Amino acid sequence: MAKKWVVMGSLITIIVAALACEKMLPKAPADDEILDGPVEGLTGEQHQMFLRGDIAFNDDVFTKENGLGPLFVSTSCGSCHAGDGKGHPFTTLTRFGQSDSTGNHFLHQGGPQLQNRAVPSFMPEQIPPGATFSKFTPPANTGLGFLDAVPDNTLLSMADEHDADGDGVSGRVNWITLPAYITYRPGTVEKNNKYIGRFGKKAAVYDLMQQTANAYNQDMGIVSSYEPYDSYLHEDLDPEVTNQKVLDLVFYLRTLKAPIQRNQNDAEVINGKQLFINVGCAKCHTPELKTGDYSIAALANKTFQPYTDLLLHDMGSGLNDGYTEGSAHAEDWRTPALWGLGLSKRSQGKQYFLLHDGRATTIEQAITAHGGEGQGSNNRFQQLSASDKAQLIKFLESL
Amino acid sequence: MKKYYLLIVAVCLANTLLAQIDPSLLRRTPKDTSGTQMNMDAIYNRPFLQMGKLPVAVGGYVEANYQYLKQDGISEGHQFQMRRLTLFVSSSIYKRIKFLSEIEFEDGTKEINIEFASVDFEFSPLLNFRGGVVMNPIGAFNQNHDGPKWEFIDRPISATQMLPATWSNVGFGVFGKKYAKDWVYAYEAYLTNGFDDQIINNADGKTFLPASKTNPERFEESFNGSPLFTGKVAVKNRKIGEIGLSYMGGIYNKYEDDGLVLDKKRQLNVFAVDFNTTLPKTNTFINGEWAWVHVDVPDTYTEQFGRKQQGGYVDIVQPVIKKPMMGFENAVLNLALRLEYVDWNKGTFKSTGGNISDDVFAIVPAVSFRPTAQTVIRFNYRRHTQHDLLGNPPAKLGGFQFGFSTYF
Repeated sequence: MAKKWVVMGSLITIIVAALACEKMLPKAPADDEILDGPVEGLTGEQHQMFLRGDIAFNDDVFTKENGLGPLFVSTSCGSCHAGDGKGHPFTTLTRFGQSDSTGNHFLHQGGPQLQNRAVPSFMPEQIPPGATFSKFTPPANTGLGFLDAVPDNTLLSMADEHDADGDGVSGRVNWITLPAYITYRPGTVEKNNKYIGRFGKKAAVYDLMQQTANAYNQDMGIVSSYEPYDSYLHEDLDPEVTNQKVLDLVFYLRTLKAPIQRNQNDAEVINGKQLFINVGCAKCHTPELKTGDYSIAALANKTFQPYTDLLLHDMGSGLNDGYTEGSAHAEDWRTPALWGLGLSKRSQGKQYFLLHDGRATTIEQAITAHGGEGQGSNNRFQQLSASDKAQLIKFLESL
Repeated sequence: MKKYYLLIVAVCLANTLLAQIDPSLLRRTPKDTSGTQMNMDAIYNRPFLQMGKLPVAVGGYVEANYQYLKQDGISEGHQFQMRRLTLFVSSSIYKRIKFLSEIEFEDGTKEINIEFASVDFEFSPLLNFRGGVVMNPIGAFNQNHDGPKWEFIDRPISATQMLPATWSNVGFGVFGKKYAKDWVYAYEAYLTNGFDDQIINNADGKTFLPASKTNPERFEESFNGSPLFTGKVAVKNRKIGEIGLSYMGGIYNKYEDDGLVLDKKRQLNVFAVDFNTTLPKTNTFINGEWAWVHVDVPDTYTEQFGRKQQGGYVDIVQPVIKKPMMGFENAVLNLALRLEYVDWNKGTFKSTGGNISDDVFAIVPAVSFRPTAQTVIRFNYRRHTQHDLLGNPPAKLGGFQFGFSTYF
């Protein structure tokens, strides 16, 4: 009798102890180890919109019943941006048909985006003969709202199109034509009915609304009231996604937090940052920017560290795929933000796939592929001692 | 069908109420304890309650639980769940003609399914004919899934998230057994309605066989007119244990409609092996299943959709106390452990040659108390490690579950 109660008592004790033991439950990863999560300072209502956008981005999977395709690149947003981080060559998309600023001459043949997947019974697109193309690895989504909130004048102030200061680095904005549904951000600059693009590999996208509507349309074959043109049927169709869902998703992208730097006080990281500035990387990868007035208070008038100037730079023939967008030249690429670089392995399958098409599998490979305006920094990097190179790379990995 | 079923249940319940006045009218149908019961017999190897001389017997089981889980530090909080309420009705229509049905209410009334409703005609032990809604005999869990039989609150991931348990379809088939001293040899073979193209066109964004369960039309018509074949052979030795080999395969896509060709025929093949044994000295019960899935996915789909999948589980159940406890004469206290693994996408990326992940490994230690063989109170600790397609740092899920499952 006594043994029975001892056994039962022990079991109940084990169960209660286990239930009380938080240590047996998985802990949340540190904030600086992950890219997803909202910016600080959102209201409760904004948190609800963020959560709805999170679901639209990460959980909504399209099938042919709810509009997928018939030609597409991916079935959901999240499948190309795991954990809101950089994508993998497996999710790389292909753009084709424009080789200079005269525009895309292959729009009637499915350009600019190759929809290389199709629902059963349909044939995916092929790159038309004679069309040049480039492959784009999906970028990280984090901190995009901060980049969106930088005033146009800040970009223009950093541009040096004709290299007036003679440092070998110019930088210019991409003037693009906007679709009618765009709402201009405060202080938008217009020139000959064209506006400054800042998102995308070629800075050919004005804001996150245009990016989202395009991605629904071109990546998943989902038409919206914003982008109603079906690239397969070549007709405007009824929306396959609601305006509310698009707006929620745009809000989510705007309010994803900025990556948090790790090991900021590490001596090698501090030294690496100085080397980064010394070799000239910071001339394009601008360490600090400031947002202006913005519709989301949590993002307005904030200083942040993206390591980009959002401008186009000639990166030399080695990175010239012969394809371009807007007024950018084929050798021009928009400076990618370096924040979150060290976390890329967490979304790229434990390895790096860097540069616009993922061709560089180490940070050093990515640096040494810089040509054109980046050649000087590349040369100076290569002249560093092995120890200094390691410190510079350690700094980049801390971002 | 549902109306008749409900009528039968109502009659039986009314009779049961009357029987409360005179309990001698109620009797339990005798259960086979010969040791020759196999997984294929699970549907009949359940406690039924019969009223007097009525040819109808009823039964069922219920399971409910509490759980507190966290994934990467985030929890949905304390959850109380009514997992299942299942009702059985069986009837001996004639000497060797039987009917059995099983209706399941999952998560309250979120899902209501006819899991089994078929008539068996026994021509000889080696030749029985079965028709109606049958449970396809792929692996062992699909046919032997009653909650009270398991020490674990969650069903095996491989059985429910890779294989589509509980997977039932309308069809016909034959089954039989041959006894030879301590050995039993058994077979089953069915042609039924089957899968549809939701297995590669679903909200999970991956090759996912259970997606076809959401098609209620499969009880009325075949998606593509091609039958699904499911066959199993099993052998059991009374002293050693049971092993089964099973296959399920057929065309899953709509390759033609209204006489027009839409696509090539795309084949789905599933192979499974299952086993169970009880170690004689320690009385340790070991039970497991492993399955392989091959799907002909269109070339126009990326590697996001797995062409090959595999996974399984093994349960180890060790009775530690087996004696009367707290007034229960045949009470048993068990310690148990489940190890499970599923790889939803076995292959490599064309672009990099790297391994495609999309897998989960889980370990579930458990304590269970059985006041009777038909009732289990169980406490589980569950720990998952799940990788995405790219093999990024895994999502970690862990937590506690407590609940019961009992036949009634």
